Amino acid sequence: MTSYADYRTGGRIADTKAPAGPIHERWDKRRFEAKLVNPANRRKQTVIVVGTGLAGGSAGATLAEQGYRVVQFCYQDSPRRAHSIAAQGGINAAKNYRNDGDSIHRLFYDTVKGGDFRSRESNVHRLAEISVEIIDQCVAQGVPFAREYGGLLDTRSFGGVQVSRTFYARGQTGQQLLLGAYQALSRQIAAGNVEMHPRTEMLDLIVVDGRARGIVARDLVTGKIDTYFADAVVLATGGYGNVFYLSTNAMNSNATAVWRAHRRGAYFANPCFTQIHPTCIPRTGDHQSKLTLMSESLRNDGRIWVPKAKGDTRPPAQIPEDERDYYLERIYPSFGNLVPRDIASRAAKNVCDEGRGVGPGGQGVYLDFADAIERMGRGAVEAKYGNLFDMYQRITDEDPYRVPMRIYPAVHYTMGGLWVDYDLQTTIPGLFAIGEANFSDHGANRLGASALMQGLADGYFVLPATVNDYLARNPHKDEVDSGHPAVQEVLAETEDRLNLLLSVDGDRTPDSFHRELGELMWEFCGMARNETGLHKALERIPQIREEFWRRIKVPGTGEELNQSLEKANRIVDYLELAELMCLDALHRTESCGGHFREESQSPEGEAERKDQEFGYAAAWEFTGTGTAPTLHKEDLVFEYVHPTQRSYA
Amino acid sequence: MKLTLRVWRQKNADADGAMSTYEVDGISPDMSFLEMLDTLNEELILKGEDPVAFDHDCREGICGACSLVINGDAHGPERTTTCQLHMRSFSDGDTIDVEPWRASAFPVVKDLVVDRSAFDRIIQAGGYVTAPTGSAPEAHATPVPKPDADLAFEHAECIGCGACVAACPNGAAMLFTSAKINHLNVLPQGAPERETRVLDMVAQMDEEGFGGCTLAGECATACPKGIPLTSITGMNKEWLRATRKAGKR
Repeated sequence: MTSYADYRTGGRIADTKAPAGPIHERWDKRRFEAKLVNPANRRKQTVIVVGTGLAGGSAGATLAEQGYRVVQFCYQDSPRRAHSIAAQGGINAAKNYRNDGDSIHRLFYDTVKGGDFRSRESNVHRLAEISVEIIDQCVAQGVPFAREYGGLLDTRSFGGVQVSRTFYARGQTGQQLLLGAYQALSRQIAAGNVEMHPRTEMLDLIVVDGRARGIVARDLVTGKIDTYFADAVVLATGGYGNVFYLSTNAMNSNATAVWRAHRRGAYFANPCFTQIHPTCIPRTGDHQSKLTLMSESLRNDGRIWVPKAKGDTRPPAQIPEDERDYYLERIYPSFGNLVPRDIASRAAKNVCDEGRGVGPGGQGVYLDFADAIERMGRGAVEAKYGNLFDMYQRITDEDPYRVPMRIYPAVHYTMGGLWVDYDLQTTIPGLFAIGEANFSDHGANRLGASALMQGLADGYFVLPATVNDYLARNPHKDEVDSGHPAVQEVLAETEDRLNLLLSVDGDRTPDSFHRELGELMWEFCGMARNETGLHKALERIPQIREEFWRRIKVPGTGEELNQSLEKANRIVDYLELAELMCLDALHRTESCGGHFREESQSPEGEAERKDQEFGYAAAWEFTGTGTAPTLHKEDLVFEYVHPTQRSYA
Repeated sequence: MKLTLRVWRQKNADADGAMSTYEVDGISPDMSFLEMLDTLNEELILKGEDPVAFDHDCREGICGACSLVINGDAHGPERTTTCQLHMRSFSDGDTIDVEPWRASAFPVVKDLVVDRSAFDRIIQAGGYVTAPTGSAPEAHATPVPKPDADLAFEHAECIGCGACVAACPNGAAMLFTSAKINHLNVLPQGAPERETRVLDMVAQMDEEGFGGCTLAGECATACPKGIPLTSITGMNKEWLRATRKAGKR
């Protein structure tokens, strides 16, 4: 056992902000109890927002509309490019426009169940309540959702849900919602209410007298490292899927902001809860830099299969019907190809591990549209999925209308993140985390079309209400003194770190380390985890870290646009976060949602939860690089949706 | 595949730039163009040379960050973004020229990276609907005819990459600006600001130093999202209408 795995269990934590009482009254109650800031005083209060995706963009715009002074950052050249833009499928809302039995309570129920009973009921219910307002808001902004001929909004069913509650804009829902938020933000930038810093990356958090009071950020063009001060700081910096090197995340999405906040005292919750998406395009070789997801709406009409026989290398058309195994339809007859993401991904891994995978390296399964084309006609399939088929053909050079697509699971989303209370405040007063950066709403597995919903719920509606309360209780008194030792220390640490990266002058590139770490994590902390593998990873990570600081090579200087330096600095944080992910996965000896421990499964190979032992959120406290962290448990109480073993058979 | 690359290298905005020649070997036809550049950069780093800087992020054709002129064409020979261009579009032994977007309103930051903040300022001038959070009516209160919604969507697909500007002999941003104006002006939600939107955005576009349109049509040919040239006609119509209406007041 490594000393890092010798963690200590500290005091339990409680969410002190969630009101008691009937669940549907809690959000109203909290908003009423929250203190308000006099509109005249809002201009004096500054809020820093880091990130401009759905959560950050909507939060920045809304806080500015309320009258706060917002200072906002993104590493991209424009706030319009945050990776929310790549979300394809849609956004859930309990509008019940279809009259198909949907309701706020059903969306709440589905989300808690889909999350495998590892999320917080109060938060999830609030999310379901707000979902209906999000659609209204986005339509008012001019988001061109799909419509029916009568002019009303169209919806579809999505990812393991039996009602049609998913609103969409062809395969580009994320893009359209993000542009809506970006345009609202642009209006506030023009009005002078938001000071926008593009191409500027947060490198650390400034905590003064126990409160978050600012950030250290680097201008990526000039290389200048500067401090920015505020009365509250909001992190909307997304997830940490890029720890795995290959994922569906954008190339520059990273974990530095959340990890640096964690190092400064914010607890990190459920880091091992990562989502592997079942319908991605398989990799073609070692040069692969990222993986591309195709909307899982494809599973509505495509049939997933592999050959029955191992090592069958015949082209798919030559494999007769009775020699094909439509394994999802066979194992899960009632949900079939529409089982939740974690189940579909694991089933694909299992058949490939058996040697029945297809394509290069046997790392793929077929997603076949032949039946759909015969049933609906090619035209209908084209109308529904045309853009996805085109994308597939462009990447693979194969025609999915004639040859079945090949798909394989890939890292897509991280349910874990900074621990936040009902107000979305972290354990550092004045530091808030929203969107994928926090942990609260999706438990151990996120349902399709729920990420967009959560990002916008947090940014448009939740945070602007709760940050009020914090600012009212902590009114602006004085500016932070830039000479304060706490500020100088963070600044010096950041500069030293970058200088060190530039001075090692070793013989390995940043990417080579990132790839090595990613392969290790995919093997031992990916779709299936076990004790031996996790110990192996925990032994290996500190060695990679040591080698990194000995052999890293970063050309150029810190006083210029230096993309190698940016990469290397992000890897420094991945090399610590990866260790915590493995420890979290090791300590949770149950299987739940995206976290599958091989030791905890039924004789049929289904995941087995252990509610008595693990019915809590694991919030980790940082104690030092490579030293064992402290575990704080937040007990999860289920008053409305009673835990049952998920069954999709 | 073995290729010769001629790449624009420029240390920073103030420095002079020049084409530098590099050889790359072992390139797979399945690589994306950016993965081919990754390969070159890995070699350059190990040699202690400065790797080629280029903008990229999602690598799935939607964020609009990537922006290379390849053999004289914005985003290269296929009608797609640079990140979705694959090496199978080239042949073994080819010489490939790689340059940044060329337009006076898009100054070079470094190598192949340009400053496209002018686009953000055009949107800030009026490319939005004033709908503060919390003020929205019920979504079904105003039905939108499907053809209008579809038309709005077609224009809303713009990813703001700037290929239209790079391809235009005049460095005009007409297609970018018109896409947003058409998206919002066709919808009932965008109607109250219809006139101010087109007047303010066009004024900002001119102020940023973009050229004028001479109907060369290169923009629509280069656009990876297929924004049609008629988008510009639509904007001109809106602008004339708004100008005449303003004159009457």
